[in-house]
Amino acid sequence: MSAPAMPEKVAAVTPVKSGAFGLRHYLICLKGIIVRECLRFLHQRERFISSLVRPLVWLFIFAAGFRQVLGVSIIPPYKTYVLYEVYITPGLCGMILLFSGMQSSLSMVYDREMGNMRILLVSPFPRWYLLLSKMLAGVSVSIAQVYAFLIVAWFWGVKAPPLGYLFVLPALFLSGMMLCALGMLLSSMIKQLENFAGIMNFVIFPGYFASPALYPLWRIQEASPLLYKLCLANPFTYAVELIRFAFYGQIDWVSLGVVTGCTLLFLGGAIIAYDPSRGLITRKQGTGGNG
Amino acid sequence: MQHARTGKAGDEVVALDVAGVSHSYGPKRALNDVSFSIAPATFTVLLGLNGAGKTTLFSLISHLYDTRRGSIRIFGHDVSRASGEALRRVGIVFQARTLDLDLSVYQNLSYHASLHGIGRHEARQRIAALLGTVDMQGREHDKARSLSGGQMRRIEIARALLHRPSLLLLDEATVGLDIQSRAGILATIRKLVETEGIGVLWATHLIDEVEDGDHVVVLRQGDLVAKGKVADVVKASGAGSIRDAFSRLSRSEAAGIAETSP
Repeated sequence: MSAPAMPEKVAAVTPVKSGAFGLRHYLICLKGIIVRECLRFLHQRERFISSLVRPLVWLFIFAAGFRQVLGVSIIPPYKTYVLYEVYITPGLCGMILLFSGMQSSLSMVYDREMGNMRILLVSPFPRWYLLLSKMLAGVSVSIAQVYAFLIVAWFWGVKAPPLGYLFVLPALFLSGMMLCALGMLLSSMIKQLENFAGIMNFVIFPGYFASPALYPLWRIQEASPLLYKLCLANPFTYAVELIRFAFYGQIDWVSLGVVTGCTLLFLGGAIIAYDPSRGLITRKQGTGGNG
Repeated sequence: MQHARTGKAGDEVVALDVAGVSHSYGPKRALNDVSFSIAPATFTVLLGLNGAGKTTLFSLISHLYDTRRGSIRIFGHDVSRASGEALRRVGIVFQARTLDLDLSVYQNLSYHASLHGIGRHEARQRIAALLGTVDMQGREHDKARSLSGGQMRRIEIARALLHRPSLLLLDEATVGLDIQSRAGILATIRKLVETEGIGVLWATHLIDEVEDGDHVVVLRQGDLVAKGKVADVVKASGAGSIRDAFSRLSRSEAAGIAETSP
């Protein structure tokens, strides 16, 4: 059937630009996204408690149990023998960042399914900026969790040099950014929330165990050269080492380079994936409603 | 609330211009060469049965998907090339509920304000005014989870108006609501067209939401099959009413018109 003509004639006009967003507007947007992420985290008490309980279980039970079994020789950055609890603390900080980064991307899959994500994506700010803000929000929450864990660990007798708590902040930030960016990239590839559980098993557990979070790399090399190579190929390895050295006011340059490079790579991938003209989202998504 | 931008003197402004737009999901064609335009301060109903392509069209207009064939302009700004400028002028109410249930009404609206660069002080004033507009004053601190379906929709409409758009898109905004809630929301939106000069594109499959003075755009399985004022569409289709016209226009692929009950 032919379409009846639109009776009224409307003419195209020269588009009128409204005032461009300034720095203040960008900061308002960033603040709003961070505040929302923090509010969501605080409203989900179970998430807050589990984020603390998980590393504390490792510290209180696993580390205590394996203290006598897994000896740690003097390796940089340590200048003396350290308790096993001290050794695994940077790894547990990394674990918090890893779980939190993945949880943040899990929330993106959830938001996308529930429609909340659309509110973010139809903001007039550039898409890359929105995703970066979302990542910064996720990292802020992750770092708060790490410091909450470190306070409890301090009372348990696991103490880093006082200035280490300050020096470790940039390392936590960079590592958190890398893991959030990875999570964001993964979330763009997942169509449904149910599929995310599989990715968690293929990313979180291999990533965590194939790293020096729980045991030094030289011990892994002795046990299995293949696993050692896998550890070297694992970005999480470098995140843990970056954090470990930072606690003692040192920079592991190789780790810094790898973590920075991976952050840029994952972030670039996530931005492309969420770009409607090039990304995976358009290809993955079917019709959004009935119509 | 500001009135719709009027553009150059002497010209009649196009609020939304959809030109030759097609979209596919893999091999499945969802929209096929759709073209229409709407003027400011008009209420245009996008009619179509389920699967007609209404939500796909909304996703393209709101730049959730990129327009690969054809172009979409909002007040002259191409959605693909100048999405920021275009999206600043449009408020959207999606078919799916998009409120964060764990947050309060104020927190939901404040979040949206920040996504449009609106500061806290300004946002607070706008939120207070808009909650009055949608008849939800005094509910700022209620958790979104505690609201009824109709109340959530009202909050979503307030949110869509928060950055003072000149064009409002509503995708099946009354689906799942009782008759009273539907009528209330529809009346609120129609009033906005009259008092604020906002252009509205109202997607629905409920034919009783169309009034005689409206413009309609009818989609059938991705094809545009009619557009214009209600009287003109009725006349061109040879029907006696818009209900019959919609039934005829949808007939070749569907058994009948949509049920008017929610």
